[in-house]
Amino acid sequence: METRGFTGRRQPPETGARLPPGQYLTEDFPILQIGPNPSVDLATWQFTLRDGSRPIKTWSWEAMRALPRTTWHGDIHCVTKWSKFDTDWEGVSFDDLLADAGISAPTDFLLAESHDDYSTNIPVADLVGGQAMIATHYAGEPIHADHGGPARLFVPHLYFWKSAKWLKGLRFTKTDTAGYWELRGYHMYGDPWREQRYIGD
Amino acid sequence: MNSATSATEAATPQPVVFHWYEAEVVAVEAVTAFVKSVRLRCPIAGRQRAGQHIDVRLTAPDGYRASRSYSVASVPDDSESLELLVQGLPEGEVSGWFLETAEVGDLVEVRGPIGGSFSWDGADGGPLLLAGGGSGVVPLLAMLRRRAQVAPDIPAALIYSVRSRAEAIALGELEARDRDEPGFSLFLRTTREGEGRRIDAGLVQAALDRIGAPTKVFLCGANRFVSPAADLLLAAGVPAGIVRTERFGA
Repeated sequence: METRGFTGRRQPPETGARLPPGQYLTEDFPILQIGPNPSVDLATWQFTLRDGSRPIKTWSWEAMRALPRTTWHGDIHCVTKWSKFDTDWEGVSFDDLLADAGISAPTDFLLAESHDDYSTNIPVADLVGGQAMIATHYAGEPIHADHGGPARLFVPHLYFWKSAKWLKGLRFTKTDTAGYWELRGYHMYGDPWREQRYIGD
Repeated sequence: MNSATSATEAATPQPVVFHWYEAEVVAVEAVTAFVKSVRLRCPIAGRQRAGQHIDVRLTAPDGYRASRSYSVASVPDDSESLELLVQGLPEGEVSGWFLETAEVGDLVEVRGPIGGSFSWDGADGGPLLLAGGGSGVVPLLAMLRRRAQVAPDIPAALIYSVRSRAEAIALGELEARDRDEPGFSLFLRTTREGEGRRIDAGLVQAALDRIGAPTKVFLCGANRFVSPAADLLLAAGVPAGIVRTERFGA
């Protein structure tokens, strides 16, 4: 169905090739979340890896900062249709986290859980092999609370709602279990290149 | 499975599936120099909870498409249409079309309504504290329209920050509600005219004093409005768990 008088604003080819379908390029870093920033104190900050309800390992901020560091450069894509190019992130890769816990993933899925009671589901296959990290730095600086600091999940090949802000832990689940937005109509997987914004996309 | 798990699952909303539907422009009207009221007749009209948004998609002759999200301003009625208040942005691919081109009879596509956490209905109760910056007032306007329709006894306040009265959306309606509706108060701040004041602790306290301790709080606007507003509310003792925010821009 055609809309009369609409021609659209095409991106330059070099931009368009980097934009997943339906996305537009922004120079800003928009902020989207369900409520106020939770207050997170580094002195008492804890990060817990769980298998269901069973804790596997807990890290303090100092212990997390002592783990090997990973950097990533590239583009991020938000389900609200903005994309941002050439962003730089640093943190602890999911692989290094599991290695420090001395385990391999006990199930194929997990829920990322946040201090504001937000949660989101990601398959383990999308986190391993350098695809994801617990990010603590953006553009060379500690991540601001507005963008999920002190630590957020970072899974750049999926829509950015999967990169949960104010992360407090990861919980392995036996099945692919919907998180906060997934229960409210968002796609279970969220691949920007297949434009999986909502259930049924 | 233990009982706690069962209770959680019982409260879990069912997944929602969104489809695209054709929508016809049935009215277009300028409400400020930068904002147009657009009424769309579509099958999803009447399904929205106050505060939710819809996606609007436009298609060019060669099949190129662009879509954006807009808050619904209207509440369910018998018109089979819903109202958007679209702020035209100079670089806006979709909003620019609404501002400069859209006419009655034009066809677009819509899906939704979307966004259950930033929504309110009479059964959710109050007191209801709303704070909006600029065009962020639109979902809050829908909540006030719904309140008037189904729960006029619930105390409510709107803190509304705009650059000038001329740029304020639905100011006439809001001032009329403030005058005519017992239990609703408008707290308007103009940042670039008059005393040029922004939202501050005194204004937040005045709103809280007027309605009593809120049980539902919704903040919407650009981040430069929402972040300080959220901080002021928390500093005034509003529990973080009852505050819902929706932000746009930087």
